[in-house]
Amino acid sequence: MASVEHIDGTGPSGEDGVRRRDFINIAAVSFAGVGAVAVVLPLIDQMNPSADVLALASTEVDLSAIQPGQAIKTTFRSQPLFVRQLTEKEIAEADKVDASTLRDPQTLEERTVDGKKQWLVTMGVCTHLGCVPLGAGEGENRGEYGGYFCPCHGSSYDTAARIRKGPAPKNLEVPKFSFTSDTAILVG
Amino acid sequence: MSFPWAEQYTPKNPVMVWIDEKLPLPRLAYNAVGAGYPVPRNLNYFWNFGVLAGLALVIQIVTGVIMAMHYGANDLVAFSTVEQTMRDVNAGWLMRYAHANGASFFFIVVYLHIFRGLYFGSYKAPREMVWLLGLVIFLLMMATAFMGYVLPWGQMSYWGAKVITGLFGAIPVVGEPIQTWLLGGFAPGNASLNRFFSLHFLLPFVIAGVIILHIWALHIPGSSNPTGVEVKGPQDTVPFHPYYTAKDGFGAGIFLIAFSILLFFAPNFLGHPDNYIEANPLSTPAHIVPEWYFWPFYAILRAFTVDFFFVPAKLLGVLAMFASILLLFFLPWLDTSPVRSGKYRPTFNKFFWILVIDVLILGWLGGAPAEEPYVMMSQVAAAYYFAHFLIILPLISRFEKPLPLPGSITEAVLAKYGKTDGATVAVPAE
Repeated sequence: MASVEHIDGTGPSGEDGVRRRDFINIAAVSFAGVGAVAVVLPLIDQMNPSADVLALASTEVDLSAIQPGQAIKTTFRSQPLFVRQLTEKEIAEADKVDASTLRDPQTLEERTVDGKKQWLVTMGVCTHLGCVPLGAGEGENRGEYGGYFCPCHGSSYDTAARIRKGPAPKNLEVPKFSFTSDTAILVG
Repeated sequence: MSFPWAEQYTPKNPVMVWIDEKLPLPRLAYNAVGAGYPVPRNLNYFWNFGVLAGLALVIQIVTGVIMAMHYGANDLVAFSTVEQTMRDVNAGWLMRYAHANGASFFFIVVYLHIFRGLYFGSYKAPREMVWLLGLVIFLLMMATAFMGYVLPWGQMSYWGAKVITGLFGAIPVVGEPIQTWLLGGFAPGNASLNRFFSLHFLLPFVIAGVIILHIWALHIPGSSNPTGVEVKGPQDTVPFHPYYTAKDGFGAGIFLIAFSILLFFAPNFLGHPDNYIEANPLSTPAHIVPEWYFWPFYAILRAFTVDFFFVPAKLLGVLAMFASILLLFFLPWLDTSPVRSGKYRPTFNKFFWILVIDVLILGWLGGAPAEEPYVMMSQVAAAYYFAHFLIILPLISRFEKPLPLPGSITEAVLAKYGKTDGATVAVPAE
């Protein structure tokens, strides 16, 4: 190596100190490394949801046709979404329960928008293994707590869509949503 | 590498001599799977399954490439192009049924191959690398099979994809972004289907590459054998060709007969009727189960129903399922007994068969509905699975008194047939 050092002008080979060649080596490899990372990033990122998928990431739902006691099944991010107008009785039933005794303690207030407690908006995806629970359609089995019932493994949800019985660990997920008018919501 | 007494490749045909000088590929094949590879003379039929797994991979690649010629990887048409392959494409039904059942047969022979290794201690020094590479192949097979099952875009395809990618969602903090990244959306969709198709096409060739490494690593120490005693001299081996090409050929015949019976008489026996319904994100099949070859792992996944030290049950199940396979990577160092073969290990032998039964029970439970008493039974069976490798096996290795080993492979073979002479005659293994 000694002759090489003289050729590239690093001067006499000393045992101490960093040689110019070492610096060039590290700099070149580091630069290539940064370049490699810069190439890998888009290679990974291309697998994330594309713009057309993200464009459907929020959904507007018209509430005007939903009567108290009724629910509709629509889709949000290509998964089922339940929108339900609770009756006075159903609200009372949900409020009667002491939240701290529940598996996933939450009150109806925490799961709805202030002052619009009757509008229960949840994902229609059972928190056990992802099945679609029954109860949003007319005449479907709502389970023994009057909310939703998952036919796969028998999870029963109450009128606030909280898990009450069966294997599911969590309440039905409430997506982020806001009222755009008195009769319309924007989910996502 | 080979034993010094291995037969040498000596081409006589001038064309072969010419090729050998330019690119000694025939020489490589001769030394790897021909007469140039000396193999213990006493291999039994359990040593067929490596070759049979290779055969299964070839069947999968041939039928798979053909299926890809008729498939449309788009969520709008995927289901109907598969049905079209079945009904309209000439012999399309044959290709698809052969591909679907071929996957099952691939797993059958690989499971037998793995349990052969477990019983005869094939994972022990000096063959640890062979074992580790085999496990890599197994993981790649599982990924490939899972993605392949999504492609017909039926109900089980869709919901299977949702449940399995949901496993990653159980990881704290980064879980959901990872799940979205894997799927290319918030639920399985066109993006997921396309990438699964691309990877399902790619991975079998990666598997083929790792198989080459697997065989390379095997050929350095040479094949193990049922006695677990290493080869000591030329009298202990016979050339791979013709002795084991013939024996493997016989096994291949049996394999193909069994495969044909399923393929032609019960092609949907191992499938799920729900997968003949097109994927519908708004309706769940009543009973979501993966393909049978994932059942033992699926049972372990579902065995966890209670949170433990702030770790959610779902995450525990996911960790346990991955651990049940990763554990096998440590097997060569968990079993410290110097005796390889289970034949000469009386205690190990009993626990080996208990493990086999345990895994079969896990398999049965994985296909059963997620309710009692199956959940409780899964918990016991899963606990035993881990106990076998982490507690029982290390303890046996320490305290077991093995039976006396034969002095050599030849001695064991001759003792079996009551002969005392003719030690140097190469007798084909029985």
